[in-house]
Amino acid sequence: MNELLQQLINGLSLGAVYALIALGYTMVYGVLRFINFAHGDVFMVGAFTGMYFGRWLKPLAAAWPEWLFASTVLLVSMLSCAILGIVLERLAYKPLRERPRLTVLITAIGVSLLLEYAGQLVFGAAPRGFPSLITSSSISGIEGLHASNIQVIVLVVTALLLWGLHLVVMRTRLGLAMRALSLNPTAARLMGVNTNVVISFTFGIGSALAAAGAIFYASLYQAIDPFMGVLPGMKAFVAAVLGGIGSLPGAMVGGLILGVVETLVVGYSQLLGIPPGYRDAVAFVILILILLFKPSGLFGKTMREKV
Amino acid sequence: MLELLNVTAGYGSITALHGVSLRVEKGTIVTLVGANGAGKSTTLRAISGLLPVREGKVLFEGKELTNKRPHQIVACGLAHVPEGRMIFSNLTVLENLQMGAYLRRDRAGIASDQEFVLETFPRLRERTWQQAGTLSGGEQQMLAIGRALMGRPRCLMLDEPSLGIAPLLVKTIFEKIVQVNRELGLTVLLVEQNAHLALEVSQFGYVLETGRILLSDRSEHLKTNPAVQAAYLGA
Ligand SMILES: Nc1ncnc2c1ncn2[C@@H]1O[C@H](COP(=O)(O)OP(=O)(O)OP(=O)(O)O)[C@@H](O)[C@H]1O
Ligand SMILES: [Mg+2]
Repeated sequence: MNELLQQLINGLSLGAVYALIALGYTMVYGVLRFINFAHGDVFMVGAFTGMYFGRWLKPLAAAWPEWLFASTVLLVSMLSCAILGIVLERLAYKPLRERPRLTVLITAIGVSLLLEYAGQLVFGAAPRGFPSLITSSSISGIEGLHASNIQVIVLVVTALLLWGLHLVVMRTRLGLAMRALSLNPTAARLMGVNTNVVISFTFGIGSALAAAGAIFYASLYQAIDPFMGVLPGMKAFVAAVLGGIGSLPGAMVGGLILGVVETLVVGYSQLLGIPPGYRDAVAFVILILILLFKPSGLFGKTMREKV
Repeated sequence: MLELLNVTAGYGSITALHGVSLRVEKGTIVTLVGANGAGKSTTLRAISGLLPVREGKVLFEGKELTNKRPHQIVACGLAHVPEGRMIFSNLTVLENLQMGAYLRRDRAGIASDQEFVLETFPRLRERTWQQAGTLSGGEQQMLAIGRALMGRPRCLMLDEPSLGIAPLLVKTIFEKIVQVNRELGLTVLLVEQNAHLALEVSQFGYVLETGRILLSDRSEHLKTNPAVQAAYLGA
């Protein structure tokens, strides 16, 4: 039982990271109807920003409480990635806005490769150690159960971020504009929605959430490299599809489910007769199953409009 | 109030408007009639900025609007109710109306305009919490017009408000259009395939054919014009 609980905690904290990345895919899909395949690489840049900034800040912040140091690194990384996301959209995607979706999709793959290899050039190809932002300790309430404090913090901060996102989307004018744009772009424009602003905003928020995911991921696994965004990025994409692409709650739930399932498959690999090496295949098996049986995903709406 | 000077516009290699010029005087209802594919919707899209103007000018209240972006044009007081209504089907009726007031911040004014819209279209008041997608076609058209009115425009462009709607509701909708034109002094540019109705409610009309203005005259004259009767009034 404790073993299961343990796996759940591991799975949820990994799932939180997937959920944070998945939100970016799903939000961008909502307003532009395209999959930003470079999103996983923005996640990677978030991790490196956190690493460099964290190392630089550490000596200066020696007297700071740990939470302040950690949240500063988190915020700076989120902000940098927000800017990166906005700039990428302006430079690479905006000029193609009237073009066929396939053109934009291929461009996204190009941007992804560009970020990966530029990352390799700038950061080096070898994995780097991520500085510890919070001294890790083990929280052991029940015997046999060791959640690290980092796992707990990841879950709590993710919950806060998701709540904040909910408020932004449901309560602010920009959030309203975002929803309107994803429901009917032409009508939204005729209501006075400035699409460029909303699209930038969407890229900014999505990229900032990916950066938060990156800081959490790097804090949980401690090593980062320029290709670290590839697999989590693809899995988060699967999570977004699982939840129903375009649906924010879907991305959150899809991410958590994917994290838990993946962790359980590895944790119980002997029992299930699946070698633990197949961990990365789990997501893609799930993707194939959704595409076969419920392409609209868990929360996906099949929108019907009266004409 | 609204003036088009030799406007040319199109889609890719297709030119749909070949130098269209027209004028809409303040406080009037002007109609633009024409057959399928004549370029009526294209004209409205070019005015509201959904489609780039390739040549020519769009003037509104003396200001040049040519190739401004749609949100800037709405902000100038020019609203466009598009063909096919384009309501937000997943939002409620009330949320749709609130989207119409997206650019406004005067809460009191918004509230009183919402009251006016619900007063004008009582069928909407009975359905404020209903998902807009579940409304009937006619109700959706009322919602689309009401939503546009929520922006408190000075000029309203309507694209085929009678499209696919039961005749009885069409009559109601046209009465409401006349009513807001009178009560609010709202200028209306009305695009219609139903030339009969359109010439009935308007003071002035333009006949568009394959992207060119063929005729323009006072509506009562157009009604009795043999060419118009033969082509558009089924006489
Ligand atoms: N998105 C588009 N892409 C390419 N061509 C288009 C597009 N929309 C309209 N057209 C073409 O432009 C011309 C004018 O179309 P428009 O929609 O303005 O006609 P309309 O007068 O509104 O007709 P209807 O009464 O059927 O609505 C037509 O020849 C049409 O085929
Ligand atoms: Mg049309």
